[in-house]
Amino acid sequence: MTHVLEAKNLTRDYHIPGSLFKKAKTVHAVKGVSFSVDQGKTLAIVGESGCGKSTLARIVTMIDPATSGDMLIDGQKVDIARESLTPEMRQKVQIVFQNPYGTLNPRKKIGEILTEPLIINTNMKADDRRDKAMAMLKKVGLEEKHYGRYPHMFSGGQRQRVAIARALMLNPRLLVLDEPVSALDLSVQAQVLNLLADLQDEFQLTYVFISHDLSVVRYIADDVMVMYYGEAVEYGSREEVFSDPKHSYTRTLFAATPRADVESIKARLARKNAA
Amino acid sequence: MSLFEIENLVVEFQTAAGPFRAVDGVSMKVNAGEVLAIVGESGSGKSVSMLAAMGLLPWTAKVTADKLQFNGIDLLGLSPSDRRTIVGKDIAMIFQEPIASLNPCFTVGFQIEEVLRIHLGLDRAARRARAIELFDLVGIPNPAERLSHFPHQMSGGQCQRVMIAIALSCNPKLLIADEPTTALDVTIQKQILDLLMRLQAEHGMGLIIITHNMGVVAETADRVIVQYKGRKIEEADVLSLFEAPKSTYTRALLSALPDNATGDRLPTIAEFLSDDQIFAGAV
Repeated sequence: MTHVLEAKNLTRDYHIPGSLFKKAKTVHAVKGVSFSVDQGKTLAIVGESGCGKSTLARIVTMIDPATSGDMLIDGQKVDIARESLTPEMRQKVQIVFQNPYGTLNPRKKIGEILTEPLIINTNMKADDRRDKAMAMLKKVGLEEKHYGRYPHMFSGGQRQRVAIARALMLNPRLLVLDEPVSALDLSVQAQVLNLLADLQDEFQLTYVFISHDLSVVRYIADDVMVMYYGEAVEYGSREEVFSDPKHSYTRTLFAATPRADVESIKARLARKNAA
Repeated sequence: MSLFEIENLVVEFQTAAGPFRAVDGVSMKVNAGEVLAIVGESGSGKSVSMLAAMGLLPWTAKVTADKLQFNGIDLLGLSPSDRRTIVGKDIAMIFQEPIASLNPCFTVGFQIEEVLRIHLGLDRAARRARAIELFDLVGIPNPAERLSHFPHQMSGGQCQRVMIAIALSCNPKLLIADEPTTALDVTIQKQILDLLMRLQAEHGMGLIIITHNMGVVAETADRVIVQYKGRKIEEADVLSLFEAPKSTYTRALLSALPDNATGDRLPTIAEFLSDDQIFAGAV
């Protein structure tokens, strides 16, 4: 069986041009990362800001080309630096961004936001587009009456639902989720995570889930990749990574994550009283 | 006598659709050397109640309280100029977004020395020495050099350290930290929380941490207040809150943590609790 997404030794360099006072510089944002994801599975990419995880998301979503390395989607090689992207490929991968307040056009109604990908990438009739958008609204837990409303009339969680609906309009195979719940409250976060799990079951979606929150990753991921300064320092199944982290950075990350269980609170209070 | 005491605080905003009650009868007490965490979702009024106590709300807000006392001084009755001698000196606040809260037009050195000049009246050399000492205290490398840097030249974690240094500059008796680590990576979050806890213990400050992160609460607090839609739902010491939450809302909040997920689905609050049930289940 071919993987939905396979990356071999992906790299991405950014060249910062020099000037009179500054030398030109090359930033190696992603340094040779390889991974693969199968249908219906979730790969979580974890790391701190500046570790290259969002750059990787842009490469996978075919927004930016990789500097070197191969990326295969459904076994088909993609290189947007050499050939332009076909609508078929565009339909296969979609992305949901972190900030639901910034990624929906405030001057467009929800209906226009949802049907726009169809106008660009397909030749569906207006009626069909509308029906499809209505159906998708219901899928993500919104209602038909929301079709004619503007983004500012929705809460953060609802907006993230709209962003997910927009990403699903083209029936993608692969969904890249760039910190989809970091901007949301705890209870809303739970709702959106549940929605993502339901949609994955229903459409057999493949997720690349980018996050810095290890508790969310532990809940949603099948495989986990930890990135540090552009390199994948740890890659394995969720159980392997969480039960037996190999790299020292992964262990640092685990140690830094606040724990909300009763034993750790007892231990902390005991330390405090002893001091 | 407690260091800081609020009784029945109500904050209302005048809006086009009539008055909106952001904080509805919240009471709390903080003793010297105590860490109180206020938890709640966005819109629960946790930041607004603290801003009201500091007198930092715009004129559209109507603040009333039976008691709003700091160190025996009634904060509500103070004139603005008297209030300014306390706020920033004895009560200090760390704001949520470090990069947005620092003035981008001035060096961080200028901004910390400004506080020292206004509140303590130190001369130039003493200000500089104290600023270097403070930067050293919060763990900024090369403090003397860093004083002439602008906020955009520093990372988010470094800016948050500058904010903490400014807040600590006059040895406050009460420090209010409003989501001090929300914008930061977990490893930086750990460093900042460790720093806050160490400074709190060394100086015997009262510390109020406002957060929506249950992990941060578990790692720092002595006592916890849970707020929802401007009302206090539960108040308990940290261990009993996590071990045996009394209110239905807190129970729901804790079960929504991905850490505590047992099955395939996370329980969500809206799915099984209405506002009425939440308020009825409050203790």
